[in-house]
Amino acid sequence: MDAILLQILNGLDKGSAYALIALGLTLIFGTLGVVNFAHGALFMLGAFCAVTVQKLLSLSTITLDETQKDFLGRPLEIKTPYVESWFGPETGSLIIDWSVPLAILFAIPVMLFIGYVMERGLIKHFYKRPHADQILVTFGLAIVLQEIIKYFYGANPIPTPAPSAFVGSFDFAPLLGLDTSLAYPYWRLVYFGFSTLIIGAVFAFLQFTTFGMVVRAGMADRETVGLLGIDIDKRFSIMFGIAAAVAGLAGVMYAPINSPNYHMGMDFLVLSFVVVVVGGMGSLPGAVLAGFMLGILESLASLNEVKAVLPGIDQIIIYVVAIVILLTRPRGLMGRKGVMEE
Amino acid sequence: MSFLNLTRRGLIQTGAVAGAGLALPTYLRADAHAGYTNAPTGNTVTLGFNVPQTGPYAEEGLDELRAQELAVQHLNGEGDGGMMNTFSSKALKGNGILGKKVTFVTGDTQTKSDAARAAAKSMIEKDGAIMINGGSSSGVAVAVQGLCQEAGVIFMAGLTHSNDTTGKDKKANGFRHFFNAYMSAAALAPVLKSAYGADRRAYHLTADYTWGWTQQESIAAATEAVGWETVNNVLTPLASTDFSSYIAPVLNSGADVLVLNHYGGNMVNSLTNAVQFGLLDKEVNGKKFEIVVPLYSELMAAGAGANVQGVIGSMNWNWQLQDEGSKAFTKSFGEKYGRPPSNSAHTCYVQTLLYADAVERAGTFNPCGVGEALEGFEFDGMGNGPTLYRAEDHQCFKDVLVMKGKENPTNEYDTLEIVEQTPRAQVEYAPDHPMFAGGELGQCNPGA
Repeated sequence: MDAILLQILNGLDKGSAYALIALGLTLIFGTLGVVNFAHGALFMLGAFCAVTVQKLLSLSTITLDETQKDFLGRPLEIKTPYVESWFGPETGSLIIDWSVPLAILFAIPVMLFIGYVMERGLIKHFYKRPHADQILVTFGLAIVLQEIIKYFYGANPIPTPAPSAFVGSFDFAPLLGLDTSLAYPYWRLVYFGFSTLIIGAVFAFLQFTTFGMVVRAGMADRETVGLLGIDIDKRFSIMFGIAAAVAGLAGVMYAPINSPNYHMGMDFLVLSFVVVVVGGMGSLPGAVLAGFMLGILESLASLNEVKAVLPGIDQIIIYVVAIVILLTRPRGLMGRKGVMEE
Repeated sequence: MSFLNLTRRGLIQTGAVAGAGLALPTYLRADAHAGYTNAPTGNTVTLGFNVPQTGPYAEEGLDELRAQELAVQHLNGEGDGGMMNTFSSKALKGNGILGKKVTFVTGDTQTKSDAARAAAKSMIEKDGAIMINGGSSSGVAVAVQGLCQEAGVIFMAGLTHSNDTTGKDKKANGFRHFFNAYMSAAALAPVLKSAYGADRRAYHLTADYTWGWTQQESIAAATEAVGWETVNNVLTPLASTDFSSYIAPVLNSGADVLVLNHYGGNMVNSLTNAVQFGLLDKEVNGKKFEIVVPLYSELMAAGAGANVQGVIGSMNWNWQLQDEGSKAFTKSFGEKYGRPPSNSAHTCYVQTLLYADAVERAGTFNPCGVGEALEGFEFDGMGNGPTLYRAEDHQCFKDVLVMKGKENPTNEYDTLEIVEQTPRAQVEYAPDHPMFAGGELGQCNPGA
């Protein structure tokens, strides 16, 4: 029982990442009709926003310590971060320790800008082109973005730890009256909470603001909204920026979970597309529902008891479920009629 | 026709016949004729360096390339000579190889077997590479080794740790300086027993491919021999990035040790995830929970950051060794590149020098002659103490390092510390050991 509960927690956590990326993908597809294969790269760029903030906050003055030697026998370079010099050792190290949450403030404008420039500079030229062209150009863009990051940051994973206040895990067992351990890492719980917040904020933005209402109307009938004199293209461009920011924020907060590397976006991309297709192309609630559902199923399939009966099921479960759902519900769980069916 | 009545044509014909007659015995000697792939004809010889330049191990490949370039410089008499000054064989003179200036071409393995074979093939067929060196994966090493055997060139493997490379997949044209999974386990088990006790229950997470399987088999056998029990072994897909769903079941499995048979990005992520789940803070069966990473690399340890602290593993070599060879190489590499070399850089550097030295001693580039010179070769001064290139399987035998993640690192390169230099005798095994069974070295192929 405790193992199942633990895997459900795990699934919610994995599903958070899937749902956030799939939500952004669906936003772009639903508004602009573009199949964006560069969306995983936006997730990766978000994670590297966290790396960048950590590096900026760690910029240091260097002094030589004659009493210690480096690997070549020279005096050891001692680095003192500027923030520690400016704010004192305790406050300075606290600021560096909280670099990942602080990176959210950095990532929002950066990712909005990147998304907006991507859409205006490249993707808008492919609106009326076949989906195959869109896939090719966005996939190419993803590779370019990867290589740029690799050029500046190298190919190795870069450790980007969570604040020390969130190191360790919370044991749910006493709460549930279990006599075994049901410990789950604090930061993963934070990630789940953060994802829920972002998903809620996106839905609230679309549901309760005038801007969101116009966007939803444009998603349903772009031409009619245009005839009303509303510049729907401009709003859709902003939505692309928002989708990029959502992917970026998912990346920032994911950085402490797995050390960021330049190809981490590709690791999530295929899964996220499966999530979008299972959820239903263009359906925002479908993307979120499918994200969490597939995350939980993937985690449960990793249970030793399940693998003992079905060896290797953990590697294929998502694709098996996708096939079954598409066979029984060709438009996905919550897909709308007419989307990608012409 | 009198003897003195020579025509110019007659003189040339006679000279050609006589020359051919004199050269025939030399030509028929296997170690001297030019009947082998890419026999150098000019005053240069080209080496092929096949390393990952893109993909997840690109940083490791870059470090291998740095070391190979340094080795070429030293062979050509440039720089401070590095390990050539400490190498027990004195056949290398710093004037290239057999008097030919050394040049090199590079290929990108991408850490994919097919891409690695294509890159090696191109270097052999288009660039005329006389040998292939490097790489950072056992799957790639086995694939490229097979290609070199078919093509008739020597393959000096880089970082490859699977038992299979010099076990069931060994080839006469292939040589491995790097240690293997069996050796890691043989070095680690006694240290683990002394550090954590004999009464331990281990849970294994294993990368689902050739290296992972042989690593798990080796470490399980070695730890069971010192009294540990293997509770479970779970295979994880190589493409996994989040290992939380594999680590969660460890918590209530009754195990008090987690063995991560992972390398590279898998190791960084699984170790990070395990530490996040608080495994190192747990107490199970009245003992502190421990994590073991059988194969360490400095670059990957840096990727895992503080998570490696206190975690035991093994390495082929480390720049902190204080023998003259290691110091010379670290100084040479450090002064050129501003950083200490990794153990994959070391093995590629050493392999390049060993190949050149074998050519000098054989007096030929013919791969069969080079192979004969390497087989059973005993040497020293290249780090790791006295070393043997065993003739039966082309595996190097030398001391192995047991490492531990440093608790208080002083700089970015100070991530691991040496716990023990396990003597060579402790990690040796018979050529027909069951873990290495199933393959034949076969005959050397000179190609052409």
